[in-house]
Amino acid sequence: MPALLLGAVAYDPKVVTIWEGFRAWLREAGLDLDFVLYSNYERQVDDLLDGRLGLAWNSPLAWVRARRAAAARGMQVSAVAMRDTDRDLTSAVVVRRDSAFQRPVDLRGHVVGTGAIDSPQATLLPLSVLRAAGLNLGEGVEVRRFDIGVGLHGDHIGGERQAAAALRDGDVDAACMTDANLLLFGREGTLAGNSVRVISQTAVYDHCNMTAGPAAEPAELQRFVELLLAMSYADPQVRPLLDLEGLTRWLPGRTDRYVALEAAVDEAAFYDEKGEVIAAGYRP
Amino acid sequence: MPLVTDLDDLGLDTGGQLLIERALAGLAAGARVEIRGTHPALALHLGAWCRSQGHRLERDGNALTIVKGTADADRWTGAERAGTAQRPAAHADRNWGLAARGALIEAGGPPLSVEWVDRDLVWADVAPQLYANAAASQWDPATAVGWQAELSTPAEIEDAVVQVMTFLIENEQAALVIPARLLTQLHPQFREVMQLLAAQVADEARHIEIFTRRALLRRDHLGVSGAGGRASLQTLLDERDFTLASFLLSVLGEGTFLDLLRFLNEHAPDPVTADVTRLAGRDEARHVAFGVAHTAHVARVDPQFLSRLRFAVETRHAALADTAGLNQRVFGSLVVIAAGSFAPAAIKRGWQAVQRLQQDMDEGRRRRLAAIGFPDDEAAEISALHTRNFM
Repeated sequence: MPALLLGAVAYDPKVVTIWEGFRAWLREAGLDLDFVLYSNYERQVDDLLDGRLGLAWNSPLAWVRARRAAAARGMQVSAVAMRDTDRDLTSAVVVRRDSAFQRPVDLRGHVVGTGAIDSPQATLLPLSVLRAAGLNLGEGVEVRRFDIGVGLHGDHIGGERQAAAALRDGDVDAACMTDANLLLFGREGTLAGNSVRVISQTAVYDHCNMTAGPAAEPAELQRFVELLLAMSYADPQVRPLLDLEGLTRWLPGRTDRYVALEAAVDEAAFYDEKGEVIAAGYRP
Repeated sequence: MPLVTDLDDLGLDTGGQLLIERALAGLAAGARVEIRGTHPALALHLGAWCRSQGHRLERDGNALTIVKGTADADRWTGAERAGTAQRPAAHADRNWGLAARGALIEAGGPPLSVEWVDRDLVWADVAPQLYANAAASQWDPATAVGWQAELSTPAEIEDAVVQVMTFLIENEQAALVIPARLLTQLHPQFREVMQLLAAQVADEARHIEIFTRRALLRRDHLGVSGAGGRASLQTLLDERDFTLASFLLSVLGEGTFLDLLRFLNEHAPDPVTADVTRLAGRDEARHVAFGVAHTAHVARVDPQFLSRLRFAVETRHAALADTAGLNQRVFGSLVVIAAGSFAPAAIKRGWQAVQRLQQDMDEGRRRRLAAIGFPDDEAAEISALHTRNFM
């Protein structure tokens, strides 16, 4: 058995390359780490809490579930590291530039496109913002989900892209997406330059974190975190892996910017307070 | 005063980052650049872009300021140039990969899997001029040969031409494959040699085409291919060393072919045969020039290399000792072409012409071996060991 076993969700084939590369680098540095890939975050969180994993590379939604489930069992999980790119994201609700919508309330009686049911960034958080603006989702406003990669917590951006395309094509009146994807869809041409307007956006929030579970041996865990934080973008061996994983440096974990997501999860009745899945129609 | 960049109405989805990158270029990590602009999603764009680039975005009211991160400088830590653009390095690093000579190379990336990384093992100072000459001398097989010429060659002479063309084609195929194989093992740092070998491959491809087309002008079938001839060519393919392969193929083989092509051109029974042998001979002269210059370069750098060259010829000779040598039908065809008819007196003249050809070939080889650095007596011995199959 390795000293540390890490779980990651295989939302893309590149995940194999990334973790094989990190594993080789960490082993060279003397840390006995292995990894297991999961098809969805729910199973990964279950295994983290059941002690089959020491670490889980978690989506923000998986973090919320792990925290709740751990607390319910009298255990603790901790966010020990995150990417620099996991900090301070914003999601936006965008409409066609030539439409009449100026504020979220203008969407009453209209259709909002979102990402997958379990996407924190393209569904749960932006819908929470619309609720806060006074919209009664499901009744006054139709929510049309684009359920691509359910179970991957929105890591697969296919749902967001389909929502953007539906906005462009006039099939929905608004679409939810992250700031990064708003930029990406503009650049790749899914949304032509200057063809959309932002009518609402979330406060900044944090994305993934490396969650340590009860099975992580403290000394090995500390060494793991030290090594992650020491990975340098100047190191030609890890730079391609950092590029693939989408970061320029690892930073210490922090949990104060998941508050909005905790609230959104409750509003949407996605998990209960014990971390049990209660979302209707969610089949990861 | 912080630096300010005004994007006007440009978003980062339509190129705004180019202005920002220009402003950040040359600044140290920690430097600040205020970004102004009127694009409605500018703040969102900047937030996403700064995260992805390792910069920090500070928002103070409506003011947006980028604090430059270290990622860009980190990426180019340890970068080095792949030699200098003007001349090849003495030793080429495999980690330079396929980068242009003289380019600044980001560390990392896969090393190039090539064998020849030392300049003196592949180089000749004349390579750049020879490549320029090769590039300027390319010709179009469709128009450079007078394919429309009236052919009135007697049937038996035509058969001889077809047989010789068949022989030439299989030799040219070896002469194509060998530089092509050397190319795959050559570090691109030695760009001029790479280009020259590529031109050589293209030359041979054309030769194969024109010899085939000449052979089939009046016949539906090619001539015969002897096992001994193919065995001789196989020994060329088996030579893995760059210089030994170049020496055996270009100095001795193609050098000998220069005399053969000149002979065929002189005795050509028709203008098409005259054209194809003249055009091929002109290209081959360039291949021979590189082979001689390169082998001489290696021998100058390492005089001991002469004994390896000699050993390579002796080894090849031993390997071919039990083979038939030149296909007798090829030899006979050369006699017939030079004779022009089967009249006994003509055949006698043809026979003598082929004897002179072989003497010319021997003299040519000795001259080239001397140019490489062999004493005359040793050059004569080595020339005598050259394959009877010409190439």
